[in-house]
Amino acid sequence: MTLQSDTVAKLDPEILSLNSVSLWQITWHRLFRRRSAVVGLCILGILVFIALTAQWLAPYDPTRSMLDVDPPQKIKARSAPCIHLLGCPEDQPQHLMGTDGNLRDQFSRLLYGSRLSLMVGFSTVTFAIIIGTVLGAIAGYFGGWWDNAIMRIMDVLLAFPSLLLAIAIVTVLGPGLINALLAIGIVSIPAYARVMRASVLSVREMDYVSATRALGGNNLQILFNRILPNALTPLIVQGTLGIASAILDAAALSFIGLGAQPPTPEWGSMLGAERNQVFTAPHLVFYPGLMIMLTVLCFNLIGDGLRDALDPRLAQLS
Amino acid sequence: MTQYLVRRILASIPVLFGILIVTFIIARVIPGDPCRSILGEKATAAVCERFIHEKGLDKPIYVQLGIYISEVLSGDFGNSIRLSLPVTRLLVERLPTTVELSFSALLISIAVGIPLGVISAIKHNSWIDVITMMWANTGVSMPVFWLGLMLAYVFSLLLKDSPFWLPPSGRLSAGLSNDPFYEVWGWILPESGLWSSTLDFISRLNILNALLTSNWELLKDAIKHLILPAVALGTIPMALIARMARSAMLDVLGQDYIRTARAKGLSQSRVVIKHALRNSLLPLVTVIGLSLGGLLGGAVLTETIFGLSGLGRTLYEAITARDYVIVQAFTLVIAVLFVIINLIVDISYAYLDPRIRIN
Repeated sequence: MTLQSDTVAKLDPEILSLNSVSLWQITWHRLFRRRSAVVGLCILGILVFIALTAQWLAPYDPTRSMLDVDPPQKIKARSAPCIHLLGCPEDQPQHLMGTDGNLRDQFSRLLYGSRLSLMVGFSTVTFAIIIGTVLGAIAGYFGGWWDNAIMRIMDVLLAFPSLLLAIAIVTVLGPGLINALLAIGIVSIPAYARVMRASVLSVREMDYVSATRALGGNNLQILFNRILPNALTPLIVQGTLGIASAILDAAALSFIGLGAQPPTPEWGSMLGAERNQVFTAPHLVFYPGLMIMLTVLCFNLIGDGLRDALDPRLAQLS
Repeated sequence: MTQYLVRRILASIPVLFGILIVTFIIARVIPGDPCRSILGEKATAAVCERFIHEKGLDKPIYVQLGIYISEVLSGDFGNSIRLSLPVTRLLVERLPTTVELSFSALLISIAVGIPLGVISAIKHNSWIDVITMMWANTGVSMPVFWLGLMLAYVFSLLLKDSPFWLPPSGRLSAGLSNDPFYEVWGWILPESGLWSSTLDFISRLNILNALLTSNWELLKDAIKHLILPAVALGTIPMALIARMARSAMLDVLGQDYIRTARAKGLSQSRVVIKHALRNSLLPLVTVIGLSLGGLLGGAVLTETIFGLSGLGRTLYEAITARDYVIVQAFTLVIAVLFVIINLIVDISYAYLDPRIRIN
């Protein structure tokens, strides 16, 4: 008896120190050691900063036509960037990225566009994760008829190329940013449902789940307290990468005129509106596309980094 | 293997059935009056009533679904009144553009992606690896429509007077005509039917047709027109394939049998190609199959930018014009193609990895 309590006493500090390093601390630590993930986090930081401070950073209102601001004779639609520091004549109004077809300041619109893109990414993925997780959990946990019905529907959704299905859904719902978000959300549900179902299946028969059941835990408690935490890591990775593809798809929908409607400053629709001017005013196409690419890139880099950081096979506690 | 094949094919039947229902629903719930959108705003109520009756649109919805399924099963996709063409005819005319585009995009992505991935795995952590992976990450994040427009800007405008100039739109230069190979060969075809449709379909694959008729000028022109859209469309799968090839290669190169092969004194190229590459093909097949679906979706954007009237663009136009007959048929064809691709991927998986067909 004394021997036993001695051992316990000796082990205790070690157990305590192990417990004090949470999974998230380890993940952060590992994430920060990956160069590409750090680059991604930096880009994301800058984007969030721009989105939060757009109203102070932007020199003009993003939807305001310059007709009444500048003397009309000096400003033309789709004029090239004019930067005073780089030798643009002082009497010309300064537009860092030129003006668009409606004489709006491209730079201001670009800054405001970051708000929409980040909002699009987070909201669609949140929507898809919530619905997908619930469906996947039901399918995996209850099995049988539920599993078959839900997963066959998911298979059918997956049988369409996602962008085409999104286009079809937006057409049914009517063009507009909210409907585009809904469409992209619906299209991405199957991915999360599959991840969740797989995790549920892998832990459903584990002893600790049976133990909870034996102790009188109901299905909801088992699902939320015992199973969901185990599915969290793959969902987070999938979700981060999902933000990237959601932003890309939303930009594509806006590009063909089914997403954000003018005059909303959205990168995809800015690009789509001026795409026929690419030969005469390439800056109107170049910058919005570059922003889309950087935004998507940062989520891809972070997602890849998270996947490696959360992968137990690569686990080194150091 | 046969058992596996049969099981896999049977498993895709419910999905195909689900696709039929979904395409039917999509076409029915597209808002707008099908009569007015097809016959024009000026159609009178009486005309519309007759039209609705003729098309069976006044029957209960489950009867319409039944009619639709039986028609599709007998190969009849109906007629597009807007374009006054049978939809099968439209498919024969438009599908080749998309097939040609997707296949060349896939070809480019495989031909560039795999070597890049393999090289960066062999030279793990070298500057080649870093640059390739930076480039691959950028490629995965590339908006297809932006890349397409930028390529057109660079190659059609900036390089206008250089030998690298490439046309920004269309499939062939004005003045060039693509004479079908069967006409050149002097075949006489029946007016309609599966055989002549198939030959017509093949002859509309410009590159193949130019090869069959040995028309080198046409071949050169068709390829020139294809390069920009194919590169734009192929960039994302290329980057995906490169990344996957790298990680699969790295996995395999760490295995014991690779060390054994090296210890036997085999040359580096033999170890890489014979021992490592073959075993890293498996995950690559999945990525390639999955990217074909993305290609079909991306084709809508690429075809719009480069002025190609293919499957994606026709579908998009049909959706905006509420031409439900085309919407139904084209989404169906795309989804079925996608299911078939997935089937082929699964089968080649089983072929490449014996463990799968036994389990």
